[in-house]
Formats: sequence, C-alpha cells, structure tokens
Amino acid sequence: MEKVEIKQENLVYAKPRLIKDNVMHYCPGCSHGTLHKLVAEVIDELGMEDKTIAVSPVGCSVFAYNYIDVDWIQAAHGRALACATAAKRLHPESLVFTYQGDGDMSAIGTAETIHAAARGENVVAIYVNNAIYGMTGGQMAPTTLLGMKTATTPYGRDPRLNGYPYKIAEMMAHLDGVSYVTRQSVHTPANVRKTKKALEKAFKNSLNKGGFSLVEVVATCNSGWKQTPVASNEWLEQNMLPFYPLGDIKDTIK
Amino acid sequence: MKGNEVIAHAAIHCGCDGYFGYPITPQSEVMETLMEEKPWETTGMVVLQAESETASINMVYGGACTGKRVMTSSSSPGVSLMSEGMSYLAGAELPCVIVNCQRGGPGLGTIQPSQGDYFQACKGGAHGDFHLIVLAPNSVQEMYDHVGMAFDLAFKYRNPAMILADGAIGQMMEKVVFGPQKPRRTDEQLAKEEPWAATGKGADGKGRKKGNIITSLELKSEVMEVINQRLQAKYRAMEENEVLYEAIECDDADYVIVAFGSSARICSATVEMARAEGIKLGLLRPITLYPFPTKVIADLAKRVKGFLSVELNAGQMVEDVRLAVNGAVPVEHYGRQGGMIFGPEEILEALKKKLIK
Repeated sequence: MEKVEIKQENLVYAKPRLIKDNVMHYCPGCSHGTLHKLVAEVIDELGMEDKTIAVSPVGCSVFAYNYIDVDWIQAAHGRALACATAAKRLHPESLVFTYQGDGDMSAIGTAETIHAAARGENVVAIYVNNAIYGMTGGQMAPTTLLGMKTATTPYGRDPRLNGYPYKIAEMMAHLDGVSYVTRQSVHTPANVRKTKKALEKAFKNSLNKGGFSLVEVVATCNSGWKQTPVASNEWLEQNMLPFYPLGDIKDTIK
Repeated sequence: MKGNEVIAHAAIHCGCDGYFGYPITPQSEVMETLMEEKPWETTGMVVLQAESETASINMVYGGACTGKRVMTSSSSPGVSLMSEGMSYLAGAELPCVIVNCQRGGPGLGTIQPSQGDYFQACKGGAHGDFHLIVLAPNSVQEMYDHVGMAFDLAFKYRNPAMILADGAIGQMMEKVVFGPQKPRRTDEQLAKEEPWAATGKGADGKGRKKGNIITSLELKSEVMEVINQRLQAKYRAMEENEVLYEAIECDDADYVIVAFGSSARICSATVEMARAEGIKLGLLRPITLYPFPTKVIADLAKRVKGFLSVELNAGQMVEDVRLAVNGAVPVEHYGRQGGMIFGPEEILEALKKKLIK
C-alpha cells in the first residue's frame, strides 16, 4: 500500500497525549476505552497532568493506571473514595478523582461512597454502570436490571430472589455535600461530547473546592451481555436508559 | 497524662501529616485529644473522623500512597476491620502507623485490657505472606516514644508499623517527657525523599516523565513471586537489624519470664519478689514483637533452667518463645483472659508450680 502522509491541516483526530501506548485489555466495544480517552483529554486540557492523583478500583478498570499517564493509587475493592478523601485532604491543590464500576461503588463500597459524598469531599467520582460484573465473568451487579440474565441470575434477575436494582446517583443527589450529579453515556458521538463536557464541569468544580461531583456513565459490556458491540449499544438505549435516564440530576455549582 | 492522650501529642510532635480514625473504647481519647488540640491550625496536620475502621485504614492507605506520614488508632474489633487494609499497605509497600489499644475478645468481647491480638499483630493478621513491624510499649512514656520510632521504621522499610498497646496502658496516667516539635515535611522535601509516591507528576518541580503507580496487584505469577521475595528480604533485614528488648536481672538467672507491654510491668514486681525469696528470676521484655528477639532467647536457653511466657491471653507469644528455645529447656505459659489481670504473686506461684516444682 502506498504510504500516505498526514498533513497537519488534514489531521482531525489523534491519540490523546496522556494515553499510553500499552495495548488495552478491554474487550472491543467496551465503553471504558472511550471514557479513558475523554478523561485523558480533560486532564490535559485543564493543564492538570502534573497535579493529578487518580484512584483506580477493583474491577475491569483496575488497570486504568496502565492507560492514562498520571499518578495512580490502586484502591482495595470499594474503598476508592476513602483513599481519595485522604489524598485530597493531604494535597488540597491536586485534582483527585476516582474511576469506579458499579460493583465497586454501589455494592461493596456503598458506605465509603455515601460518606465521602456526605462530607462534601472536593473530589470527582467517575462511575461506570454497565449493570454487570465484567472482570469476574459476568455476575449480577446491584444495578442489574430486572429480568436481566447474568452468571448469578441465569434465569433473569427476580426481585423476590435478588432484590431490586438501585440508582446511587439519585441517592447521592440528596446529600448536602454533593453539588453536581449527572448521568451520561458514550454510546453515540453526541453522547461522547456531552460526557466530556460533564467531566470538564466536574473536574473544574473539584478544583474550585465546590464539593463532591459524581459523573455516572451508563456503559456497555458486550462480553458480559453476550452481544455484539453494535447490538449492545442498541440494548443500552432500549433497556438501560429507560431505567437510568441521562442528564443532570443535581447541579448547584455556583 | 493518659497513654492514649500522649499518642495524640506524639503524633503532632513528630510531624505526622494525617490521622484518620473511628471511635472505639478503650482508645477514643486519641482522636478526642487531636480534635481538642486542633493541629491543623498549628502544624497543618489533617485529622478526620471516618465512618468506619474500614474507611480509616483506607484513608491511611490513600495518604500513605502520596508519601505522607499518616496514622490511625483503634482497638481489637476495629483492628479486625482494618486487616484487609493492612494487607494492601504491606503489599503495596507503604509506610504508616497503626495503634491497637487491645481489649478482650473474641467478638465484641470486653472493653478491659487484653493481649489477645498478639497472633493477629505478629503473624500478619490478614491474607498473604506479610509482617507488620510491631512495637509493644509498657509505659505512657513509651506510648509517646514509640510513635516517632514507628514512623521512622515504617519509612525506613516502607512497611506498616503497629504499636500493640492495651487498654491498661492506654487508660493509665503517668508522667511523660515530651520531645521537641518536629516540622512536617514540605511538599518539596516529600518529593525528594519519597520519589515513588503518587503526589502528582509535577511534585518535584520538574515534572516526572512517567506517572507513579501504587498497587499491590500483579497478575504475572513469575513477577509476583519476585515481589514476595523482596518483601521477605525486607523482613529478614528487620530481623537482623531492628530487634529491641529489655533484659532485667537475666545475667545470673536460673529462670526467665518473657512478657511484653502491661504484663511485663507486673512481672517486674514478680522478679523482685522472687529474688527476695532467693529464686534467681529474670525478665526478658520484647519491645519489638516483630521482629521478635529470637536470638537473645536462644542464647539464654543455653544457660537457664526454664522460661515462663506471661501474657494476657491463652498462650500466643509462648509459641515464638518455644521456637526460639527449640526444646533446649522447658517453656511454660501463664495467662489470664477476658479482661482479667494477674498480680505478681500469682505469677510467682505459677512459676514455682510449672517450672521449679
């Protein structure tokens, strides 16, 4: 094939500067890759590369530290916001955020999540909700929809047996320490742009010491959902979004 | 001053950057004293009451990841909740100080003093092959002194250090001599002295090329084994270099009591009583429980007739004494449990019954 030279005026897209060259372990079609890109772009655009302390969870995104080139703390399962609390209080001028999945944040880490938010810690929690446990092989999450089949709900989630899914974002919006709660997705280009704006707003809010921000991203897990990437995006729109509607849930940023 | 109160003063004086804790009897005075002292207005030290011991230890983990001198304190049931975090701290090779003001167990147990957490403190106390550095104060002065020592050891080895006190030492009032107020490290000093820490890439003023990653995760077994070997090498170095103990009347002793913390205070009276009766009794008090004074006890075993391990538990440290003695002479245990404390007379009786006969 003939080698094509890309001229600057023709360059419309490039890998963000803060994304490392490591090959991602995420499945093709997974939302994490897109979201990582947005996080890396926003950190760079805010000029915060040198002052960022990020906290990764337990779950698929435990390895976020392999992809975004800032300083990282890898937290025990569910404890990311306790770690972030201390990091921010001890380094008040830093940008401190957590990147957590639905199991990490709204199952095992509920207490740490709610209390960091209630204290109004000046950190951002990025919450990836794909309604399933991807890393451990597709078991039920707290956010698994009723009727949804997973490895631990093989006949579909039955509320009499498995309880109901819940929306931690709406719960957190009630807390006085929380100033910004939004729910976004990255399954269309338009949604990708909205998510980036939400991340920017949340990061700026934490740098302005405006209180706690939560950016939930309703995400696909096509491997866990056992669907193609395209079908997963459609399934997300038809099934996830009616229960987890997109948009700002709380915004008291002054 | 109370033992628990001096922990708080020692933390401020030794330049501690952050304390994160959750109230539990019999150690709540640590955080109460810090809140009264308001060190955030003087040294800039952060003090935060967390929602649980689980959160406390993970705040300590988060702070330690950023290279700061951070600590927590609790009592037995709370320390159990912290054990997950201690394993992560050891795995990620992070320095911090944890104070356990022990109470009787198991379960919710009693709020009275105990030494029932020796195994938990000295044998890792959580999943994985690891050790904490464990200091055992026997006075209010040592409660004060051990805070700075624990921080120094923790940073020297990048390993969590525990002060294993008990309800008696924590609640006891004694005179204490304070050390000087040391300044907290500046961010510039921190960046220079702890280049591994997750402080932000620009902390050194120049900007590191690569981000620092603090993790205990390694999925490649061949790499994880090397990490484990590095940890074990660190523990061997501690065993070689950091053993601390106090030997009382051991030089001519026929029998030696081994006891730590509040038990050792009581046993020193037993030594006097025995000597008055013509029994040549000595007391060996380990100050570091990990690393344990194995060599000292092994040397004593060459010339004494027997050891009595005296503990406020059903017999935990006695196993380490037996390992050190290695069958050379008899090793017996005497203990009380459930918050009950022995007197020096009953220890002497036990010595006569179990060893002298």
